[in-house]
Amino acid sequence: MKCGGFRVSYRADERIFDTTVPIVTLVVFLGLLALVPGVASTYWLDVLNRIGIAVIGALGLNILVGYTGQISIGHAAFLAVGAYSTAILEAKVGLPFYLAIPVAALVTSGFGLVFGIPSLRLKGLYLAIATLAAHFITTYGIIHWESMTGGVLGFMVPPATVFGLSLESDGRIFYLIYALVVPATLVTKNLFRTKVGRAFIAIRDRDVAAGVMGVSLFRYKLLAFLISSFYAGVAGGLMAHHSRILFPDAFTLLVAIDYLAMIIIGGMGSILGSIFGAVFMTLLPEVLKLTATSLTGVYPQAFGLIASTRDVVFGLAVIFFLTYEPQGLARIWVRVRSYWTLWPYSY
Amino acid sequence: MSEQIVFMLQLVITGIAVGGVYSLMALGFVLIYKASSVVNFGPGELVLFGAYVAWATILQMRLPLYVALPLTLVVAILLGLVIERGVLRPLIGEPIIAVIMVTFGFASVIRGVLNMTWGSDTRPFPTLFSPEPFHLGPVPVSPVHLWSFVTVMVLLAAFSLFFRFSVTGMAMRATADNQQVAQSLGVSVKWVFALSWCIATVVSTLSGIILGSVRGGVDFSLADLGLKVFPVVILGGLDSVAGAIIGGVLIGVLENLSGGYLDPILGGGVKEVAPFVALVIILMFRPHGLFGKVEIERV
Repeated sequence: MKCGGFRVSYRADERIFDTTVPIVTLVVFLGLLALVPGVASTYWLDVLNRIGIAVIGALGLNILVGYTGQISIGHAAFLAVGAYSTAILEAKVGLPFYLAIPVAALVTSGFGLVFGIPSLRLKGLYLAIATLAAHFITTYGIIHWESMTGGVLGFMVPPATVFGLSLESDGRIFYLIYALVVPATLVTKNLFRTKVGRAFIAIRDRDVAAGVMGVSLFRYKLLAFLISSFYAGVAGGLMAHHSRILFPDAFTLLVAIDYLAMIIIGGMGSILGSIFGAVFMTLLPEVLKLTATSLTGVYPQAFGLIASTRDVVFGLAVIFFLTYEPQGLARIWVRVRSYWTLWPYSY
Repeated sequence: MSEQIVFMLQLVITGIAVGGVYSLMALGFVLIYKASSVVNFGPGELVLFGAYVAWATILQMRLPLYVALPLTLVVAILLGLVIERGVLRPLIGEPIIAVIMVTFGFASVIRGVLNMTWGSDTRPFPTLFSPEPFHLGPVPVSPVHLWSFVTVMVLLAAFSLFFRFSVTGMAMRATADNQQVAQSLGVSVKWVFALSWCIATVVSTLSGIILGSVRGGVDFSLADLGLKVFPVVILGGLDSVAGAIIGGVLIGVLENLSGGYLDPILGGGVKEVAPFVALVIILMFRPHGLFGKVEIERV
């Protein structure tokens, strides 16, 4: 049994997995995940798909906000650019999805670079306000560039096909989504073992100090925006294929706030936290919906109150976590786990 | 006078009237920022709250106006106290992202509670003024706009006098200037924080009431108007009361002129986005705005 970390080389210190147990657990977990579409109902598959998309988006936002410390309220705009470019590349240019999603993610990265330029001059709340403005400008563009985006009427996305197999059903798109969630998570994990990732963390902790130590703020701040928006582009592309019809309404300011809430509730600067946060925020409305359904017998108006209950619970959760558990669910998870690792001698 | 000039003057006058309300909202925002360096990202929800409570007291409970308005303001003060005590005080000294998110959090709670209590339908708001427009020279002006502007100006003047001459106002200015020095001179900084939130909720409520009577109804789209305070405070300078007032009027005029002249060319909605385009441009060239304090930090 493991009862402490005794590392004698830097190599051992940098290893992702200390022992083989987590590797086996992970492989078994992924194996079980691959079997899910066979057994799960359409409803739960849909929820799982949305969780997968949210995980990629939250990872991207966590790289920017949690690890680099650049506050962005423009994540919904990144998602929108990713989703609409995927849709346009497929429907108007005729690219297959496996080219369209990466190209769209690159387009979103370029867009993220433009978003990031103010971060060179602005910090903290000024940057937050600048990204807020950029969000509104982007939304305006999407609504009014009707010839490209379909405006408020929406944009139909053709189903993704691979080797003549249409990925129309929730069960098939599930594999596409999770085939991207796994590498996205691994890349993020590895990013913070490299020079680039450490530069990000240095900028977050104190940008002036990082600059003095020779970290190029110009390069790494823009790089953080670029990587973050690449993730958002992929998540947006998957959204386009998951919902198959795009409306500007799917990318409001509330979506950006939801994503920020994900990384706060899950845990800022934590990969596990991004996943927990994405699961929490996606399941919250579903749990409320199920509760409302079971309550309709006693209290007939319950169903009409879901949206407002969600707002209240969401707000209270954000306030609670910021006040009592600023490192989020990931921290709670670590605490619970270490309690059981040392049980019954934990104190 | 030619028709074009009348058209332009009309846009400018409406802009000034609407901008006055923005000034009032921005005043609340700036006070909080000056006193406690908290950026309130839920200004719209405070406006919404005020408008709904006013609607409930005037039309739902059918109280006479001289009871309903003070009651609404008392409720607003209570809300300010709850927010300051319950939500923001535990977060003093936390990183900016935490403070920003917590304001999003309580905004969401307010929205949810309002929605639960009164639903999301548009509620008719009492029209406090006659709808008949009168003429200022050749330009027709609606009384609602004129009275809202007059009310706003009276309120702003009252607040300026309060900050200038009253002991409390001076304590607030001292705290904004330097918290530690103010505290060592016997100013209760905690009380100043609470007071600035109360003033902010009161002015937001008043802007909610004015906006409600200008539009003749309240619904949740009022909250979107609240976000216009960001262009206003960035233009005026985040920590400048005078900047908030002038910025509000300028942004009001800008959005009306751009809406009036560019909407036919660009196909609608310019009014909503123009203030934010201005915001980005100001941030790029003059981040501290017209009257804000310049902070210099170089590597």
